[in-house]
Amino acid sequence: MVKKSGDGFTPTGKVYKSTTLPKPTKKKHTDLGLKDDDLLPLFHSMYKQRRFEERAAQMYQKGKFGGFLHLYIGQEAVSSGTVAALNDDDDILGAYRVHGMALARGSDPGRCMAELFGKKTGVSRGKGGSMHFFDLERHFWGGHAIVGAHIPLAAGMAMANKYNDNGRVVICFFGDGAVDQGSLNETFNMAQLWKLPVIFVVENNGYSMGTAVERHSAGELHKRADAYGMKNAVVNGMDVFTIIEKVQEVAKDVRETNEPWFLEVKTYRYRGHSMSDPGNYRTKEELEEFRGFDPIERLKTYILKNKIAKEEDLKAIEDEIEQIVLDAIDFAEESDFPDPKELYEDTYTQDDYPYHV
Amino acid sequence: MAVLQFREAIREALTEEMQRDEKIILMGEEVAEYDGAYKVTQGMYKEFGGKRIIDTPISELGFAGIGVGAAMNGLRPIIEFMTFNFAVVGIDQIINNAAKLRHMSGGQISIPIVFRGPNASGGQLAATHSVAYETIYAHIPGLKVMYPSEPGDAKGMLKTAIRDNDPVIFLESEQMYGMKGEVPDGENLIPFGKGKIKREGSDVTIVAHGKMYHVAKQAAEQLAKDGVEAEIIDPRTIKPLDIEMIVESVKKTNRCVVVDETHPFCGFSAEVGFLIQREAFDYLDAPVQRVTIPDVPAPFAKNLLELWLPSPKQVIEAVKTVTYRN
Repeated sequence: MVKKSGDGFTPTGKVYKSTTLPKPTKKKHTDLGLKDDDLLPLFHSMYKQRRFEERAAQMYQKGKFGGFLHLYIGQEAVSSGTVAALNDDDDILGAYRVHGMALARGSDPGRCMAELFGKKTGVSRGKGGSMHFFDLERHFWGGHAIVGAHIPLAAGMAMANKYNDNGRVVICFFGDGAVDQGSLNETFNMAQLWKLPVIFVVENNGYSMGTAVERHSAGELHKRADAYGMKNAVVNGMDVFTIIEKVQEVAKDVRETNEPWFLEVKTYRYRGHSMSDPGNYRTKEELEEFRGFDPIERLKTYILKNKIAKEEDLKAIEDEIEQIVLDAIDFAEESDFPDPKELYEDTYTQDDYPYHV
Repeated sequence: MAVLQFREAIREALTEEMQRDEKIILMGEEVAEYDGAYKVTQGMYKEFGGKRIIDTPISELGFAGIGVGAAMNGLRPIIEFMTFNFAVVGIDQIINNAAKLRHMSGGQISIPIVFRGPNASGGQLAATHSVAYETIYAHIPGLKVMYPSEPGDAKGMLKTAIRDNDPVIFLESEQMYGMKGEVPDGENLIPFGKGKIKREGSDVTIVAHGKMYHVAKQAAEQLAKDGVEAEIIDPRTIKPLDIEMIVESVKKTNRCVVVDETHPFCGFSAEVGFLIQREAFDYLDAPVQRVTIPDVPAPFAKNLLELWLPSPKQVIEAVKTVTYRN
């Protein structure tokens, strides 16, 4: 593109098309080791995230809780596919758009909703909020809201897994904005040098907040790994089978070789960056186009077309989830806020730490 | 009781702890094959091997964060910064991750990690290589901060830091690594938040930690010749602070000078001064005075650096002020 000097350093006034999706896998679920019975739980997992967040947004708009609320809606194939592909004791870290991943990993919806409400029954006891869900029992390690700052943590966790030779793999998710951070580049270098069993995943949803990926990142994201000799690939993130296929393959390789991987998953978020985002940086047509690739509808169509379940079976799941989410809201509403004394808990492991006053 | 260099005392603490607990690893620039930039880790690579003594690239952000991640997941890393001036590159990992992850996860995560290395001025190294960071780290909840002044303290304090389950900032000094001192034989764990009266006196309390303890000591020796007996309190741990020991001393001497190598504004000396006025106001016979580096970066020129650094002469002047001998 020829730029006039007055254009400044990044082209302005142009609305970029966010992303182009690679082709999804052609494999059927049976080719991926999935049984017919595995598909309804997969649908359950994805639809639960969707309804949880739609209701969470309503609660936010009603003023039930404050802070930021970043919705994952549109990206559920990534979380559900990852969890299906990994072992339950593999370690997952995410960034701040993280409700979906926690729910996919099996965190209790009531405790997740309670965390949004800042209640003591929340997954982080009301200390973390939307951006900081943690559920260590499920090997879900957050919930990290300084962009890219958790990437070295993932490598460190992988170092400990390798040191203990426990066979666990770490998988670390972040957005396309995080690819520009020094933390990613420093970590990639060491992860490759030290052969750490970790999978880095950029969920490239096209926008670093409101800045299109073309405007914030030079080159293709997955190719950053080439500079370090790290294995990498780019995949369609709107199709859950594609995610399962790739994460299975990559996790197997990481377990066998102890070498890291970098996956670029092309996906799309339907909602704004956060609740206050008018979304002027993209067109309505683009949003509609991607809604046409909806991962939940796609799985639903597959299930029906292949006669794995009937319409009414899926409807029954949707109704069940509706009730789960309503119960989660009730649980959150009825739970207590943390006791004032809890302000001085959880900062140090030392129970009698003499806090400065 | 052995007489050891400061660096040897630290090495003994590191080595003994690593022999005791195989979850401890040590990472940093030049710590392994080079045997340590300041020879603190000399011989340790040979003893423990490359799985536990790990050379890193010059990536302070990266290896600080990798250390935190390893600590979250069951290891007990010791991260050596070649100096704490370089730790600033990775300070997000210390301030946001090491210090806060336990809190944000509602107590699910513990981070047993020690960040250690030289702090403050190391001679004519100019502005970026001369900063004392204890005030900045002590400001952050979730961290504990130690800065020993003598080899015996260093060994006992570092062992405590390594065994603790919370992140600890352990500050050393390039200029003190060669300094010799008595180190007690056997296990001598020095707890957090316990200061030490390093010199008893009844006329004035001088609070001084780390390298500044030695400045205070020289001043006290000089003052004694003039008949002024200073009591020197070395808090040893900056956070949590043994304010009780300081207050008890001030109640006896009624006067206090704080010697501190951090900048004056919002510095360690400001906090100690505030605490003394709150806890011992009625005992004070003079306003608390302080000797700090000035509110400007470290200069290179030798004469300016001498002006910049706290000196025994300045401490003597401050003592004269609080004892009305000017």
